[in-house]
Amino acid sequence: MATIVDGFEGELKELREVFNSGKTREASWRRSQLQGILSLFKERESDIMEALNQDLGKHNVEAYRDEIGIVIKSANYALGNLKKWMSSKRAKLPLASFPSSAKLVPEPLGVVLIISSWNFPFGLSFEPTIGAIAAGNAVILKPSELAPTCSSVLANTIRDYLDNSAIKVVEGGHHVGEYLLRHKFDKIFFTGGARVGEIVMTAAAKFLTPVTLELGGKCPALVDFISSSWDKKIAIKRIIWGKYGVCGGQACIGIDYILTQKKFAPTLVELLQKYIKKSFGDNPMYSHSMTRIINKKHFTRLKGLLEEPGVKSSIVYGGKSDEENLFIEPTILVDPPLDSSIMTEEIFGPLLPIITVERIEDSVEFIRARPKPLAIYGFTSNEKLQKKMISETSSGSITFNDSIVQYAVDTLPFGGVGGSGFGRYHGKYSFENFSHQKAVMMRGYLIDFGFRYPPWNNKKLQLLKSGLRYDYITLVFVKLGLKGKA
Amino acid sequence: MASDEQQVKNSTATAVFDSDAANSLVKDLRSTFLAGKTKSHEWRLSQLKSLLKMLDENDKQICDALFSDLGKHEMEAYIHEIAMIRNSCKLALKELKDWMKPEKAKTNLGTFPSSAEIVPEPFGVVLVISAWNYPLLLSVDPVIGAIAAGNAVVLKPSELAPAMSSLLAKLLGKYLDNSAIKVVEGAVPETTALLEQKWDKIFYTGNGRVARVVMAAAAKNLTPVVLELGGKSPVLVDSNIDLAVTAKRIVAGKWGCNNGQACVGPDYIITTKQYAPVLIDAFKHNVKKFFGDDPMNSPDISRVGHENHFARLKKMLDDDKISGKIILGGQTDKNNRKIAPTIVLDAPEDSLIMSDEIFGPLLPIVTVEKIEDGIEFIRSRPKPLAAYLFTNNKQLKKNFVNNVSAGGVVINDVTLHLMVDTLPFGGVGESGMGAYHGKFSFDAFSHKKAVLYRGFYGDAPARYPPYTPGKLRLLKAILDGSLFGIIRTLFGFS
Repeated sequence: MATIVDGFEGELKELREVFNSGKTREASWRRSQLQGILSLFKERESDIMEALNQDLGKHNVEAYRDEIGIVIKSANYALGNLKKWMSSKRAKLPLASFPSSAKLVPEPLGVVLIISSWNFPFGLSFEPTIGAIAAGNAVILKPSELAPTCSSVLANTIRDYLDNSAIKVVEGGHHVGEYLLRHKFDKIFFTGGARVGEIVMTAAAKFLTPVTLELGGKCPALVDFISSSWDKKIAIKRIIWGKYGVCGGQACIGIDYILTQKKFAPTLVELLQKYIKKSFGDNPMYSHSMTRIINKKHFTRLKGLLEEPGVKSSIVYGGKSDEENLFIEPTILVDPPLDSSIMTEEIFGPLLPIITVERIEDSVEFIRARPKPLAIYGFTSNEKLQKKMISETSSGSITFNDSIVQYAVDTLPFGGVGGSGFGRYHGKYSFENFSHQKAVMMRGYLIDFGFRYPPWNNKKLQLLKSGLRYDYITLVFVKLGLKGKA
Repeated sequence: MASDEQQVKNSTATAVFDSDAANSLVKDLRSTFLAGKTKSHEWRLSQLKSLLKMLDENDKQICDALFSDLGKHEMEAYIHEIAMIRNSCKLALKELKDWMKPEKAKTNLGTFPSSAEIVPEPFGVVLVISAWNYPLLLSVDPVIGAIAAGNAVVLKPSELAPAMSSLLAKLLGKYLDNSAIKVVEGAVPETTALLEQKWDKIFYTGNGRVARVVMAAAAKNLTPVVLELGGKSPVLVDSNIDLAVTAKRIVAGKWGCNNGQACVGPDYIITTKQYAPVLIDAFKHNVKKFFGDDPMNSPDISRVGHENHFARLKKMLDDDKISGKIILGGQTDKNNRKIAPTIVLDAPEDSLIMSDEIFGPLLPIVTVEKIEDGIEFIRSRPKPLAAYLFTNNKQLKKNFVNNVSAGGVVINDVTLHLMVDTLPFGGVGESGMGAYHGKFSFDAFSHKKAVLYRGFYGDAPARYPPYTPGKLRLLKAILDGSLFGIIRTLFGFS
């Protein structure tokens, strides 16, 4: 039986009316909501941290570093740039259209639907919401039911701090999601997996609703031979952080697998083991510095990856798991079979395959032969290799000598390509994502080129040809009858 | 190569372009793309130069094809199609180097030290599906963008403009690199076969019904789309205007642009009850001036595109709901597919002519009490591709621009914004998604990849486990972006 969310259609109607009234377009409203988000995160920080700990076992530092701090940064950035983003931009005009002026006027799309994910339930809900609000839209937010405490805290805090007539939260599982998708929105912003992404886009097609799909993929880290011990140390720390330290590997831009030279692999594995111990201690499950697996289903999936033929024997470190606590310890594998699931599906967990190649440049071909990921990482100071990676691979982004931090750079667009999605946001791109840039042209009445109008004749054709070539002297001569042809 | 051409040409004959053929075509183009051929600046320039040559050497054939398909006068062919494509090509040739350059992005304290840039790259193999009303323009303009951005392209021209479709297949085959740019002719079966393949981007120009099919097909491969659709583009006419110029521009914009069959052509007029008679007189005067005493048979007016279309327009004219309301024209000639410039006054809202996009030479005039009511009228309907206003009243202009959502808005003229390549051309809501023209064409077919460079210095230990309260404090300071805060925390204060 199809799910009906009680009262939803009435709520949607209300949102539309509020939007049509112009309320959300006022700069003062947008500011007040962005301020509201800031207050929400500052005053309810402990509730948020507790919810993240409850649903994911996320440590306070992670919670702040990856979600709370980021949202605060983004809301402040939006507040600081709102006036600039909202202003019209002049467009240069060619002489042939003189006298006139043209500009681009940004306007909100209307009522937008934001569907968020469970791994960064606050970050991935609020980051697009900030863009939607800054652009002047009314918002319906559907958080992931897989992080239920977070979903509930989201709904409560948004109700307490934001304008309920224009920003609403609808909680629930995929039946609720499907129900929502049967309605018309002016934009849908989806963060999640490709399978559901396809469902969202197919549903949106019925209404010609534009969508942004922020998906995932297998984000590779190419690790070049590093000679300096200082550099090695930093690189290793950043790799460990990018794999295990951000939501326990359950991040769309987390490092999925590593590519490195056969010769360097043993050193790499040794260093990884050393620093994993340093970061998470001898018993990572009790370090409280690593997020646990979100639920039984994913836990079983990850365990299953390790049990495939050829994969188990490639484990060189870790591999132990605790089903009751949904915990899997940091695990390293070297050269599991390339056709195994761990090497064909997005891992989204703390299992790190290392694939060895003869020459480091071979990694580029390896990456190219596979679907375009959301992020590619290159740990190398070799400029030639960097250039090769940039020009010969395609991904949402490329980051050199670090991982994940590109997420925090407001001036860089964040989004995928190919299998990792389309559309982008962060910073001004969030504003643009939820805006329509309307072209506005203003003409005067003076100076009208007679050759624009029928009836057509050869003379007019000549005039036109000159006009469009901005060749005014000829134009004048032909008009005056002093020249027969342009 | 000859056999490919043969296969493409004979879509209505023995060689059927089915799913396998489409699959094989995409595979070939993908190999070309992956080999890196289309990425070089030289290749893109060479193709654009060839396109320009193609236009210059074949302008007569192009005009002939447009006349054969649509009865389009050479002048219209030149202004609205050939000249625009030439300008597009020339702009791309001139600006391409700049467009291809990475754009620097400033980085902040959070990732210090670092540098960042945004690098444009082609998507890969793209599909362009074009329309019949401006069959040269709507085929080649997006292809210019695709090539400029470094993609391999398949163009599927509209079968409803068969002379142009066949000419495009011939000319593009002759002038451009066939290993990367292909034309597939055909109708629904061929388009379906194409839509079953995995594309890196699909660019569709046409109507909302087919657009839904295109987007649903694209969804299967998570392919991003640009949909350039239509809608009922309204013209709100105030009484405070220069009547002579206004009437000229509207009449030329309606009937001088493919006889109303243009996506941004004026669909209907809104004016005050009081002003309507004055406006109607001016329209009638200009119709006569431009098209003579027998406008339906004027050589300066295009034919109706095709039979189904003619039937649809005839149905609108025969609609009981508008009987007695036709105040100009109304004549039709089925054999020659001609319909006279027609004006209908105060057609009821539920009449056919007021519910669907007309896309033809019928011009309804809706009258309102106050001119501001016109804005409300427009707002209560689906967002059109273009909205027009004629007035000298500053307040009304402001009201219109702020409150009417459309792909584009023009004050005191119609359709002109199409020719301005510094303005993005595209719809919103029912009129479409995405935009192109000028640099926006390049952007439409490019992925802008974010690139962040970091060194191994400047590491913030606070971000790594094991986590401590001290690290939390430091992170707060770093994310706050305040240098002072960071120093304080580092030195143990706070």
